[in-house]
Amino acid sequence: MHVTRRWITRAAGLALAAAAPLAPMGALAQQPVEVPFYFPVAVGGPITKLIDAYATDFNKENPAIKVQPIYAGSYQDTIVKALTAHKAGTPPVASVLLSTDTFTLIDEDAVVPIDNFVKTAEDKAWLNGFYPAFLMNSQVGGKTWGVPFQRSTVVLYWNKELFKEAGLDPNKPPANWTELVSMAQKLTKKDASGKVTQYGIQVPSSGFPYWLFQGFTTQNDVILANAAGNQVRYDDPKVIEALQFWVDLSRKHGVHPPGVVEWGTTPKDFMERKAAMIWTTTGNLTNIRSNAKFDFGVAMLPAGKKRGSPTGGGNFFIFKKATPAQQEAAFRFARWLTTPERAAQWGIDTGYVAVSPAAWDTPAMKKYAADFPPATVARDQLPHAVAELSTHDNQRVTKALNDGLQAALTGAKTPEQAMKDAQREAERLLRPYK
Amino acid sequence: MNTRAVHAYLLLLPAFVLLVGFTHWPALATVVDSFFSTPKPNRPAVWVGLENYQVMVEDPVFWRALRNNLWFALGTIPLSIALALAMALWVNGRIAGRAFLRLAYFTPTVLPMIAVANIWLFFYTPSYGLLDQVGGAFGLPSRNWLGDPSTALAAVTAVAVWKEAGFFMIFYLAALQGLNPSLREAAAIEGASRWFFFRRVLWPLLMPTTLFIGVNAVINAFRLVDHIFVMTRGGPDNATALLLYHLYEVGFKFWDQGYAAAITVVMLSLLALVALLQFFVLDRRTHYQ
Repeated sequence: MHVTRRWITRAAGLALAAAAPLAPMGALAQQPVEVPFYFPVAVGGPITKLIDAYATDFNKENPAIKVQPIYAGSYQDTIVKALTAHKAGTPPVASVLLSTDTFTLIDEDAVVPIDNFVKTAEDKAWLNGFYPAFLMNSQVGGKTWGVPFQRSTVVLYWNKELFKEAGLDPNKPPANWTELVSMAQKLTKKDASGKVTQYGIQVPSSGFPYWLFQGFTTQNDVILANAAGNQVRYDDPKVIEALQFWVDLSRKHGVHPPGVVEWGTTPKDFMERKAAMIWTTTGNLTNIRSNAKFDFGVAMLPAGKKRGSPTGGGNFFIFKKATPAQQEAAFRFARWLTTPERAAQWGIDTGYVAVSPAAWDTPAMKKYAADFPPATVARDQLPHAVAELSTHDNQRVTKALNDGLQAALTGAKTPEQAMKDAQREAERLLRPYK
Repeated sequence: MNTRAVHAYLLLLPAFVLLVGFTHWPALATVVDSFFSTPKPNRPAVWVGLENYQVMVEDPVFWRALRNNLWFALGTIPLSIALALAMALWVNGRIAGRAFLRLAYFTPTVLPMIAVANIWLFFYTPSYGLLDQVGGAFGLPSRNWLGDPSTALAAVTAVAVWKEAGFFMIFYLAALQGLNPSLREAAAIEGASRWFFFRRVLWPLLMPTTLFIGVNAVINAFRLVDHIFVMTRGGPDNATALLLYHLYEVGFKFWDQGYAAAITVVMLSLLALVALLQFFVLDRRTHYQ
């Protein structure tokens, strides 16, 4: 017993001695405001280096603030961590999360509107400087809840070599639905036994088919949800018509792979020449650019009644349970991150669409766009872009649509039946929010 | 209490605290939570009795997930056990390259499930995936294994069997090595056929191992869902939604805590029931040396 007590005393003494030098330092310098910042990426890789560098630079310029990036995994992992921490009473001060989770964050009373911090005329000019298409997902009830940060959109990639082989003009992608079908027919190849070896067009439908489906619906001139996020129109005749077109690409025309097409392997299918045209995110641009062994083009999605595509990606949110000083510091960091020069560099380094017109006017961005014109396609499509589908109880209401889409694409239900079922389920879920 | 008892309890304390803190208390809290509504910022949780269970009974995705899970269990448990036994018998004998074979069989166990799922995703890819390339060489048509509701569940079941069989093989191999060689010699002298020897000597002696593996296989059939996240996310149209995956979606995507607690209670009761059955019924028929 004696030995143990002495050991404990000594251990405690050592611990005190180790802690002692820290105390005077803390008392002298004013404690910086700490801003834990959740960022949706797994540890390692080029993105963490960029974010680390941003935090270091910002902290150097603002000694009173200490931004600490915390890499939290996928978007889904990040919101799980952020909301769990919020419910436990210790959320992060700031986080980048999917723009579609805005309603969820509001309903959980987890975030504060950005407008709370926008005071000067300069601040107002900054908030109005973003592309309206990106702000659509951020604004609810007359308030702005998130700052657009890493945003993307759906575009069409086409293989110029295969276009040439099929006798098509390699520099002319399909401009509308009719051309999409007729070109895809020429681009679909079969071997002697009748097995398709190359499909004309491929639109992935695993995981989150609603996002790509929004391309079809927007082009068919219909919006899936209202701005208040408590009403959807899954069974609108125009929505059913849009789904019928997608289903027909494979069932009627045979130019699209049957069943549900995996999102993850779609870029690979394109690079392996199994699909001559694909729809996927602008975020795949760098990947395809460095791995495709042929000349390819990037175009806006073809027009139905009009052009259209959804936006996607993440916004910067500020959490409610942080102290006012922390929130203010997080706001300053968000402003700092989205200055035109940094937004431009972020877009160039990652492939996300730079979020403000001012960013596209910077010399760095102009040079990048001149070297690699496909990068500007996403920007030029923005005037035709709509908000990504987002409602109250978002993931559940979206799942109702996803299940319906997959049921129609696999032939388990007709498009009409699938959309009517999805609508009924969504209405049941949205009843409490009306 | 004497000092020895105090000593003993002190030694047990760390494990006890961990078990209570991370297993028993959460389990109890889950049962309690399942009778309350999901708390929202302006609406604290209120007693709703069996309403969450009512929701579950009316939830078609829950029934789909339960049905899928039963098929998944029926596929993985017997297949992985049979495969494990066959592999163990094979690498237990004196054959050339035995160490290499054992390593090859065990490799899937060492790989993380997420990595495994990513590999199999490309095996199943239509037209240029491994399966379709092999099938194509024999003139079989291209199939969209994961994108077709009629094959998707079987496809994810195969991955789980592949992953688990190697792990179970290790237990069978250990049991086989522990058997007395004189049994085999005696059987040889008596002129017993290999099948007879397996059926009347090996299999009964392996029963304790089989029971242990069986319990693990049942638990894994409800626990192993990592590959679903990578390969299908429960799709197409819930064809591969398993109970735990559905539970994750309800709890951490839909944030419906009360309903998630109800599903957890049902799942835990189901597992407890199966484990008890195995221990009490099979255990009596098991011969321990």
